[in-house]
Amino acid sequence: MYNEHSAVIGIQNIIFLLVAAAGIGLFVWQVRKIRKNVLLGRDLELADNPSERLNKMLLVAFGQQKMFKRPLPAVLHLFVYVGFLVINIEVLEILIDGIFGTHRVLGFAGPLYNALMAFNEILAALVIVACAIFLWRRNVSKVPRLANGVEMRAWPKMDANVILITEIVLMLALFAFNISDLKLAQLTGREMAGSFPVSGAFVNLFGSDPATLHTIERVGWWIHILGILAFMNYLPSSKHFHIIMAFPNVYFSKLLPKGKFTTNPAITHEIKAMLDPSYQPPAPETDADGNPIVQRFGAKDVEDLTWKQLMDSYTCTECGRCTSVCPANITGKLLSPRKIVMDTRDRMEEKGEHPAIFRPNHYKEMGVERVTVTEEKTLLRGYVTPEELWACTTCNACVEACPVNIDQLSTIMDLRRFLVLEESAAPASLNAMFTNIENNGAPWAFPASDRFNWADELYVPSKN
Amino acid sequence: MEENKRLVKVPTMAQMAANGEEPEILFWVGCAGAFDDRYKRVTRAFVQILEHVGVKYAVLGTEESCTGDPAKRAGNEFLFQMQALTNIEVLNAYNVKKIVTACPHCFNTIKNEYPDLGGNYEVIHHSTFLQQLINEGKVHVQGGEAFKGKRITYHDSCYLGRANGIYEAPRDVLAALDADLVEMKRSRANGLCCGAGGAQMFKEPEPGKKDINIERTEEALAALGTGNGVIATACPFCMVMMNDGVKNKEQEENVKVFDIAELIAQAEGLTK
Ligand code: SF4
Ligand code: SF4
Repeated sequence: MYNEHSAVIGIQNIIFLLVAAAGIGLFVWQVRKIRKNVLLGRDLELADNPSERLNKMLLVAFGQQKMFKRPLPAVLHLFVYVGFLVINIEVLEILIDGIFGTHRVLGFAGPLYNALMAFNEILAALVIVACAIFLWRRNVSKVPRLANGVEMRAWPKMDANVILITEIVLMLALFAFNISDLKLAQLTGREMAGSFPVSGAFVNLFGSDPATLHTIERVGWWIHILGILAFMNYLPSSKHFHIIMAFPNVYFSKLLPKGKFTTNPAITHEIKAMLDPSYQPPAPETDADGNPIVQRFGAKDVEDLTWKQLMDSYTCTECGRCTSVCPANITGKLLSPRKIVMDTRDRMEEKGEHPAIFRPNHYKEMGVERVTVTEEKTLLRGYVTPEELWACTTCNACVEACPVNIDQLSTIMDLRRFLVLEESAAPASLNAMFTNIENNGAPWAFPASDRFNWADELYVPSKN
Repeated sequence: MEENKRLVKVPTMAQMAANGEEPEILFWVGCAGAFDDRYKRVTRAFVQILEHVGVKYAVLGTEESCTGDPAKRAGNEFLFQMQALTNIEVLNAYNVKKIVTACPHCFNTIKNEYPDLGGNYEVIHHSTFLQQLINEGKVHVQGGEAFKGKRITYHDSCYLGRANGIYEAPRDVLAALDADLVEMKRSRANGLCCGAGGAQMFKEPEPGKKDINIERTEEALAALGTGNGVIATACPFCMVMMNDGVKNKEQEENVKVFDIAELIAQAEGLTK
């Protein structure tokens, strides 16, 4: 029998059970708040083409397709990602062991378990290496997209470091647990399930006092599992929530050509009624009490955006890939698509509920008002200024670059629409362009009657 | 007028309808193609190609109006839909089925946004159309001599590329010229906007370190290296922006900006 600690349910297990239940409960409570915040957004039907959506999710979220535009971070990220997936199997074992007082309960799987543990150890080591390099890139070599930008204030930077350091600590705890377990097994001649290439190499680092080893083993085990529970509850406060949101977010992402912008049917009805007085627009939609729902044209605040646009903001990894390819940002304009997404999330949490238990209020980060609020405190103006919005060329580079299929441009466009349709607050030159289109059918002030002049005196060589 | 030239009478939809005829394609000229002095040359080059290959085509002439793209991108959905619904009425009245245009903005809007409003057409950008003509052997570009060994770099239009996934058609057209095709640092899906999309064409850029077209021109010049070269575009806005950029860098002696239709027309000896 490989199992020296047979299943005895003691005080440790009861404590474990309570802690695990509390941790999971807290997580569920936080996720429900996030769900509520996302549902502040407008309805949007996105149930079409399930197979295409699934495919996209498998490629982009599961398969990390878009990450590979930048190979180095892609490979490092892949270690952490696969490590996360595989280590979850071990977490399952830890949960069972913790509850039932068993030890390496999956060990019965024999060679499969050996392979799993070996794979796990190698990945855990790679996770440590990758996280260390990530810390280096953020704090020492200061990769511009991670280090710069007005939206990269103290909290987003700290958040990233917290995550990376926690991941390293979790992996070290795992190794402490494995090494001491291995050493104990060697000392007592106990047969131990699993194969541990990394721990095996370090086994002589640990002394030979069984009591100490046993303590290290227990402490490692507890740090690892408590760490995981804490980590899970930190996620909703963090950009790291993307490890969950990436999947649904990609599933519900835009399937249409990137150049196709949404059409507002309410406007269509208005115009049709203008052009043809006999046109009968359909009855307006009503709310639960039978009152017609009056929607703003465009978006002024988070409730004017769709749930998908709000979900985008919980998915953002703050990687800055969008901003680093944005022509406006590259040439020094205020616009940063990442900021738009982060602003949306901050405003949503300000308006809705704060799911987080750790997260400082972004709006007053570190006690400093982040924007000078001169007017209403809405997403538009309170967070995003018209100057940012008007700098967008609608080039879709941000959308193309985003590894988790966020549509930054759709939010920018909805905010722009509010400026134009509800406030007539376009720059003067754009208003002139509108007038030209209205009067001449062209954005320039040329008479429509000259439209065909290009065809005068046009020759081709005659064929003989 | 020289003996070996023939005056082109560009047919309109109205004339065709009056004769009870329907063209194979409607050539949608677009506002830039009709009014911008530089881009009018592209419109004319494209018509010369159409005439040369003998496709049955027509234009709307003075019945054409702005697609509404700049209004839509600027956030004026109301004006956009006014334009779109009016244009759709005209197009449907003529029973138009197939539209070719040299403007990626017109292309994108008519192809992707008109269907929601009742306008359903097969819409083709002139790069795809030219690619088809070359593949079918209708355009031979034997005169490609003029481009042999010449460096050409193609600037992706956002509304053709990322917006609609058309990256290869314009490159295939250029490849037929037997020129030395070079890529910029940022190209295809990673291409950098010329700075004119999203109605930026009609306003001053916001304050920043530099203008987007300058950044892009610098990339194009870096790709071309020293000496002569061509920046090929497939969009009227890109053409204006790259031209301005080349002037700003005082390179107009060395570097020319041409639309792919002009390059084909030149290679076919149609513009002599
Ligand atoms: S679409 Fe707008 S925000 Fe996105 S990259 Fe282009 S200019 Fe920047
Ligand atoms: S929007 Fe996408 S690309 Fe931009 S920072 Fe967030 S995750 Fe990265």
